[in-house]
Amino acid sequence: MIRIDSVTKRYPDGTVAVDRLSLEIPDRSITVLVGPSGCGKTTTLRMINRMVEPSEGTITLDGVDISRQPVNSLRRSMGYVIQNAGLFQHRTIVDNIATVPRLLGQSKARSRARARELMERVGLDVSLAKRYPYQLSGGQQQRVGVARALAADPPVLLMDEPFSAVDPIVRKGLQEELLRIQEELGKTIVFVTHDIDEAIRLGTMVAVLRTGGRLAQFAPPAELLSSPADAFVEDFLGADRGIRRLSFFPAQALELKKTPIVAVDSTAEQIAARTTPETPYLLVTGLDGRPLGWSEPEDLVAGDIDVARLLPYGRPFAYGTDSLRAALDGAVLSPTGWAVAVDDAGRAVGVVSQQAVGEAIRAAHAKGLTAAKVAG
Amino acid sequence: MNDFLHIPSDLQNTYSGLIVLHLREALIPVLAGLVVSLPLAQLCVRFRWLYPPVLWSTTVLYAIPSLAFFVVLIDYTGMSETTVMIPLSVYSLVVLVPAIVDAVRSVPQETLDAATAMGFGPVRRYLQVQLPIAVPTIIAGLRVATASSISLVSVGMLIGNQGALGNLLHDANIYNRPVYAVNSVVTTAVLAILVDAALVLTRVLLTPWMPRGTGRAGRKTSGDRADAAVPALEESAR
Repeated sequence: MIRIDSVTKRYPDGTVAVDRLSLEIPDRSITVLVGPSGCGKTTTLRMINRMVEPSEGTITLDGVDISRQPVNSLRRSMGYVIQNAGLFQHRTIVDNIATVPRLLGQSKARSRARARELMERVGLDVSLAKRYPYQLSGGQQQRVGVARALAADPPVLLMDEPFSAVDPIVRKGLQEELLRIQEELGKTIVFVTHDIDEAIRLGTMVAVLRTGGRLAQFAPPAELLSSPADAFVEDFLGADRGIRRLSFFPAQALELKKTPIVAVDSTAEQIAARTTPETPYLLVTGLDGRPLGWSEPEDLVAGDIDVARLLPYGRPFAYGTDSLRAALDGAVLSPTGWAVAVDDAGRAVGVVSQQAVGEAIRAAHAKGLTAAKVAG
Repeated sequence: MNDFLHIPSDLQNTYSGLIVLHLREALIPVLAGLVVSLPLAQLCVRFRWLYPPVLWSTTVLYAIPSLAFFVVLIDYTGMSETTVMIPLSVYSLVVLVPAIVDAVRSVPQETLDAATAMGFGPVRRYLQVQLPIAVPTIIAGLRVATASSISLVSVGMLIGNQGALGNLLHDANIYNRPVYAVNSVVTTAVLAILVDAALVLTRVLLTPWMPRGTGRAGRKTSGDRADAAVPALEESAR
């Protein structure tokens, strides 16, 4: 465990970057430091590998004061990933990744073999091994950065805004990749970002820092969204924290209606049988079970369903893996006000109304409140 | 043609002998300048306050006429090649020191941070990260210094027989044979061009990692600044 104990960083000109910060960073999980620029988050990260020395306070790693450890071996035991990857432009991809094993005295052949193994792990094609950094896209360079940090299999990974410089789609891919790798490797990750959405998406614990380097709140993301400590945190979380909090409630809490679903080749009897008073619309699915669109029952002519005239169904949500947020989004996007639930293969498994999503949200909140009361 | 390559006997040398002598008198000073500039530039990068006085000193030294140097040096090193090469070494500093300082400074901060964070000590970081990335800009500086040195060797004729191809200029005058002058100028120019080409080739071989051709303009890499410095210096070399 990394324990930051009332650490202050004061620069010679009197600026205080970090002010009496105490944090206990749990093992084998992602702790995110988030805050506006000038909140000391990067300084805090850099104090963990002694690129910045604290003015006061101590940082211990597994109970040992890091200021008593030889600085270069301490750094080699912590992977470090930065914005723009900071790759060595004069070395090939494979040699970039092999850097720390080489510093630790491993043979060139062994280090390179390990580097190729890591390229696969972070989702890079091994054929890129002999390329140079300038020949890779920003997203690929960032993957190399992550692979390089993992090369010596360090227990700790420090990441300083690693995904800030890539476009949103690539960023999302990299975030998913990081979560997948973390699931496999279980590193202790300290992750710095200014993006609260990224913090909530990745963090097991999130530390919100305010300007001047003081800790505003340290909590799991769901708790952050449900009970921000003060106006600053609330403001920093942004306007739609209620909606975002729904990401933490599984969609499986919803009770799906399976009746109002008809296949495109249904007979008149089948259509009639599936029409009920409380479902004003029927969802038409293809022969493969995937949704095609909504229709009012009286507009459906058995044997002659015009797919082009169906109402759009918005975006379906995956019943098994998505959250209430995706379900609500689906219900809001659909002109009928009904969301479509699908299974892993994309087949429609049920439908749910905006009202039903609303009820599930109220129920989840009630449960959340009870849980918070028990915990408090 | 034979007439063109004829070397007057007072030079006591052959055509190819003069070329070898000329190259030696031109290139050794640049190498000596490089050996002095590397640590000097590193000190200037490390201690910023040192850079302005160092730059000022190299410029002042460059302003001293070679004849003045010779007058002082002849007392110590005589009418020798060394006497010619010492001022040339000093002159090379005016190009090499700023070129190396710029080169080392142009290494992106995030690259240096990454190296530090991975556990590179300062010496290892300098030799394995900073210096290799600085190579293109350093070679651009070497090209300017070398071209200038090759042309400056000729002043060695002022102290007798030490001007290599430059002595042909003197002989053209005293024997009233313009062909010697033409030979001197053409050969010196060809030498400068060939040595320059060799330096470009060296850079290409040393930097397979640099974006080439059209790729350079279109791609945004962390080496942008280093790349930009190279064409600028090369421009001044022409």
